[in-house]
Amino acid sequence: MPAITYIEFDGTEYHVDVAVGNSVMEGALNNMIDGVVAECGGCCVCCTCHCMIDPEWSKIVGDANDEENELLEMLDVREPTSRLSCQVQVSAEMDGMVVRLPESQY
Amino acid sequence: MEVDDHVVIIGASHAAVQLMISLRQQGWLGAITAISDEPHMPYQRPPLSKSYLDGSVEEDRLVLRAAETYDKLKVDFKLGCKVMSIDAKNKQLTLDTGEQIGFTKLALCTGARVRQLDLPGAELEGVHYLRTMDDVKAIRQSAEKASRAVIIGGGYIGLETAASLAKLDIKVTVLETETRLLKRVASDQVSEFYKRLHEEEGVEIRLGSKVVALQGKSQVKSVVCDDNSHNGADMVIIGVGVIPNTELASEAGLVVENGIVVDQFGQTSHPDIVAAGDCTFHPNALLGKSLRLESVPNASEQAKAAAASLCGIKKAYSELPWFWSDQFDVKLQIAGISQGYTEAVVRGDAGKSRSFTVFYIKDQHIIAADCINRPKDFMVAKKLILQQSKINVAALVDESSDVKKLLINGEQ
Repeated sequence: MPAITYIEFDGTEYHVDVAVGNSVMEGALNNMIDGVVAECGGCCVCCTCHCMIDPEWSKIVGDANDEENELLEMLDVREPTSRLSCQVQVSAEMDGMVVRLPESQY
Repeated sequence: MEVDDHVVIIGASHAAVQLMISLRQQGWLGAITAISDEPHMPYQRPPLSKSYLDGSVEEDRLVLRAAETYDKLKVDFKLGCKVMSIDAKNKQLTLDTGEQIGFTKLALCTGARVRQLDLPGAELEGVHYLRTMDDVKAIRQSAEKASRAVIIGGGYIGLETAASLAKLDIKVTVLETETRLLKRVASDQVSEFYKRLHEEEGVEIRLGSKVVALQGKSQVKSVVCDDNSHNGADMVIIGVGVIPNTELASEAGLVVENGIVVDQFGQTSHPDIVAAGDCTFHPNALLGKSLRLESVPNASEQAKAAAASLCGIKKAYSELPWFWSDQFDVKLQIAGISQGYTEAVVRGDAGKSRSFTVFYIKDQHIIAADCINRPKDFMVAKKLILQQSKINVAALVDESSDVKKLLINGEQ
């Protein structure tokens, strides 16, 4: 399984294995990583699973889709590599990827 | 908190899972047991009437957390067991197997069950309700051989079910007793929109249609209304609301109204018992009243407060309620509770398009918004509702101006 590193806003790091086909959001939820709230459970409706993909990995991950973009646009802090983690499906190429989590999901 | 303390959770759905996670995050060291009358590990309910019903998502993708997560949480599940009674005084409950389980603390995440209709023929084959994964498995089986379906009830569950079945090329008729769809929860504009949407997608909507009987030999064949019309059906789904599961709480002596009464910390009238989710009647400081909600975000947020209470930490629950619904290519996001609004203002074209927002206004403030394929409006609406600033209606409906500007104006 690809290993993904989640870094919370306070610097806490989680190194976890996430199954291929699961979303980056599911990886966080299954490992009780608090920085991802995911109120809607992964339907791209609530914008509470925001993460910033490490720029080195952003090409592999790709850009946000239209629906996701509209939600991301409304965030107070959006970075060029911001994504909703429910919309990022983990693939084998993402082994070693680093994602950072914002201070707040609200 | 001692290691030999024991939290028992009745229920194993959204509230229960968040509660067990939050308990461990808050440092609960003792045992945790979750008891569910369903045979399945916790699964997501919102997709049941949507992507799981239309087959675009399968069972393995419904799990709320991976199995290993529960191992890490050290939670003992008792599935397929019904709690028969709670002895609050001696802190013990009895299962249908006769087994007795003691607890230090108890969490009621008992949820809600479907309201059943007492109709002649309700026992016929092909007649379904929709609440659990097993319900939807049975609906999917019926759908495999059905060409016509009748949905009784034009609320969100009924309409989502209609949309999912229509996607499977089944001819769907929705029967609603009221004069419009979604009457209890939405404005005229939104009701009108959903009628148009469904009709454009080939679903027949019949308003003011009170069902009096279901007919057929062993298998349902038709649905009879009070105007004596017969609606042919190979399957029927009844979606006429839910009833909170409060009986165990009442019998245990807890205070119950329209739901198990809890405070903002998820505490019931018994000091060692909390409750969270669809089964609770709870105060909401933002709304200035108590209410019962059928909502996953509410269940999760309330469970966090309830778990904190069990760990002796005061963490008040006060969230803006929000909901969503998927039907065909339309995603509805609802912010706030529109009840009591005095004016409904539309941004966008509600008459022809599939993209607009209805803002609900009371005393010059936005109290709620129904956003049809408008995620940006939804994000703005949530903030506007919380800001509670006076709203300029002209700016609200002005589509030439970015909706984001409303926020800047509101903050001035």
